[in-house]
Amino acid sequence: MAGTWGRISTAVSPFPNPHYCVVYMRTGISMAEIPKEEYVLKCTSGCAGCSSTLCLRYILKAAGPETVLVMPACCTSVIQGAYPNTAMNVPVYNIAFASAAACASGISASYRSLGKKTNIIVYAGDGGTVDIGLQALSGAFERGTDFLYICYDNEAYGNTGMQRSGSTPLGALTTTTPAGKIHAKKDIDSIVAAHSPPYMASACSAYPLDLFKKVRKALEVRGPTFIHVLAPCPPGWRFPSDQTIEVGKLAVKTGMWILWEREYGKLKISAPSRAAVKKPEPLATYFSAQGRFKGIDPAVAEQLRNEVRRNIQRFVREEEQSCDQ
Amino acid sequence: MRKRLATSKPTKGSSGKTGSWRTFRPVVDPEKCNACGMCALYCPEAAIDEDLRVDVDFCKGCGICATECPKKAITMEREKR
Ligand SMILES: Cc1ncc(C[n+]2csc(CCOP(=O)(O)OP(=O)(O)O)c2C)c(N)n1
Ligand code: SF4
Ligand code: SF4
Ligand code: SF4
Ligand SMILES: [Mg+2]
Repeated sequence: MAGTWGRISTAVSPFPNPHYCVVYMRTGISMAEIPKEEYVLKCTSGCAGCSSTLCLRYILKAAGPETVLVMPACCTSVIQGAYPNTAMNVPVYNIAFASAAACASGISASYRSLGKKTNIIVYAGDGGTVDIGLQALSGAFERGTDFLYICYDNEAYGNTGMQRSGSTPLGALTTTTPAGKIHAKKDIDSIVAAHSPPYMASACSAYPLDLFKKVRKALEVRGPTFIHVLAPCPPGWRFPSDQTIEVGKLAVKTGMWILWEREYGKLKISAPSRAAVKKPEPLATYFSAQGRFKGIDPAVAEQLRNEVRRNIQRFVREEEQSCDQ
Repeated sequence: MRKRLATSKPTKGSSGKTGSWRTFRPVVDPEKCNACGMCALYCPEAAIDEDLRVDVDFCKGCGICATECPKKAITMEREKR
């Protein structure tokens, strides 16, 4: 959404509410196309400024009421609220950490055998995806389960107090890496890509319309689909709660996080990342916006910078090759 | 189906109201606001409705709306109690 903002005058606006402005973004979707229904009801038990809550709002707006969510243990199993009430206005199946994708496989099979097209969506954290739920995820993708797996990545085990996960980036402080993580972030996207899913994409909470569009696309496809959403977390990444969107934008603008989608193997870099892959902003702006990179060793910072450069090259090259096909 | 299956009911305010613990509240200056809707787009709690009114019962005071407002029409004011 770094593009140009334009306000459509109400005279030409096809939308009934004159107060609700219409802004077209470079994502090609206008806010007026987003359903007004909310499926995450007001006041969850998430932290103030939680981007996972924001993601879920748009994911469920894209999916609509004919949806079942499958959730392993994660922040969102708390966000949903405590019995006998819940903030979720779609059915949620809470399942053991390692089993989300396996459970979704069973649910999907039973709905399909009844001839129902209900959306089956796993919404899992990075710990529940790249570490603990990995074998179930691989199994479901291998079996061709008709479902959407969404990993919201706050780059640590948030619910239990920000321990490092396989998805924590190199150099980041967590409660179990008080001197900064010494291992690189696991490349879950390449692992999932090895299963050749018909559709997979990355997204970021700072670009909710891009996320919305990708969820819609994924749900149109039959078979296993995957979306990896970067979800900045104020207490975990140590930044003020009003900076949630800014930190997400910085991740994209610095190239630390690239937005892309791969349809039947063809890669396309998404609009908000177009400028960033050509001329990324200095990574230092991303580091200084968060406490978790405080005092990062210059050698580690350089390693990360190289990693970002290599990653950008890899995606740009893959996109060029995709075009040649 | 089993009779006593434990299922939760979808409820607005399932985690209570935020008024008692919120430290800042967003106050909109209608003179500056151009009704662009950015604040409502980014509010994680959906506490800003389509008429761009803030629901202070459920707003957590995170300040995202104020940071993202392109017109700087929202100020976060400390709650007095
Ligand atoms: C088998 C098992 N091990 C550990 C836990 C404790 N636990 C609950 S949530 C959680 C962290 C989940 O991290 P992640 O998947 O990244 O989601 P987040 O909390 O960050 O949203 C842990 C370790 C558990 N519930 N079950
Ligand atoms: S710890 Fe982070 S991801 Fe979890 S509820 Fe809080 S802000 Fe959201
Ligand atoms: S302060 Fe946060 S919760 Fe309150 S209206 Fe603004 S964005 Fe929503
Ligand atoms: S973001 Fe600012 S200008 Fe836009 S509708 Fe909200 S208060 Fe008004
Ligand atoms: Mg996590």
